[in-house]
Amino acid sequence: MTLLNIFENPHITINHYLAVSAVLFTIGVLGVLYRRNAITIFMCVELMLNSVNLLLVAFSTYHHDTSGQVFVFFTMAVAAAEVAVGLAILVTIFRNIHTVDIDELKNLKN
Amino acid sequence: MTQEIIFWALSTIAFICAIYTVLAKNPIFSAISLLLCFAAIAGHYLLLNAQFLFIVHIIVYAGAIMVLFLTTLMLMNLNDETEKHKPAIAQMAAIGVSVVMGVLLILAVRKVGLITPVKAPTPEVGMIGSLGRVLLDEYFYPFEFVSILLLSAMVGVVLLIKKDKKTEYK
Repeated sequence: MTLLNIFENPHITINHYLAVSAVLFTIGVLGVLYRRNAITIFMCVELMLNSVNLLLVAFSTYHHDTSGQVFVFFTMAVAAAEVAVGLAILVTIFRNIHTVDIDELKNLKN
Repeated sequence: MTQEIIFWALSTIAFICAIYTVLAKNPIFSAISLLLCFAAIAGHYLLLNAQFLFIVHIIVYAGAIMVLFLTTLMLMNLNDETEKHKPAIAQMAAIGVSVVMGVLLILAVRKVGLITPVKAPTPEVGMIGSLGRVLLDEYFYPFEFVSILLLSAMVGVVLLIKKDKKTEYK
């Protein structure tokens, strides 16, 4: 079954998706600046990646071009690899100094 | 009309859950509300007729990444008692910077002149058939490199997590 293309609806334009993505990206930036827990900061980075993915899919549908969605597919693979390696680093840090608070991780000394 | 309602409902859910991800004291609640936010974004994909990406998004984010996050949180036993907050001035500065950035981004996207689509609309875009053809035709080498990337990430994670008595310090 093929759903209708949302851009055939005159009330929703690509600018709506631009705005939604911009707001989600800003919330992600807020989280990175606001929190001290490194894992929550990771989650906010994921949120930023997702807002950009959403915009790529919106433009891909808008231009009737599949390449944008292939890019999103690659971004998801890179995000999965990034999360796996990042969380492994955090677990190693936690094992050694028993915290993932970024304000206590700011010096490279022991 | 129905599409508009669904669009605004999904956007509102995504915004509320994203803000709660940032503000929740307990990291577990952050993770759960991030999961809901991803579900709303998956709904947006369906609305944009990207059916393959909808499924991949749910499998990768809800199935893999959130499980990793939750497992790590439980492994570290983090909860709202261990959670510390930045000083009030740093929080105010963070909110100020993000509000300014958001306003600038929205003003910028309001001004932007977009190209109208040139290709004829096809119902094929976003279906698994056309996506698979493009993926394995035009983007064959990037696709193979992604598999190498995932393999090396997996090996790297195993090496990082492995307990090493010599490098461990107290």
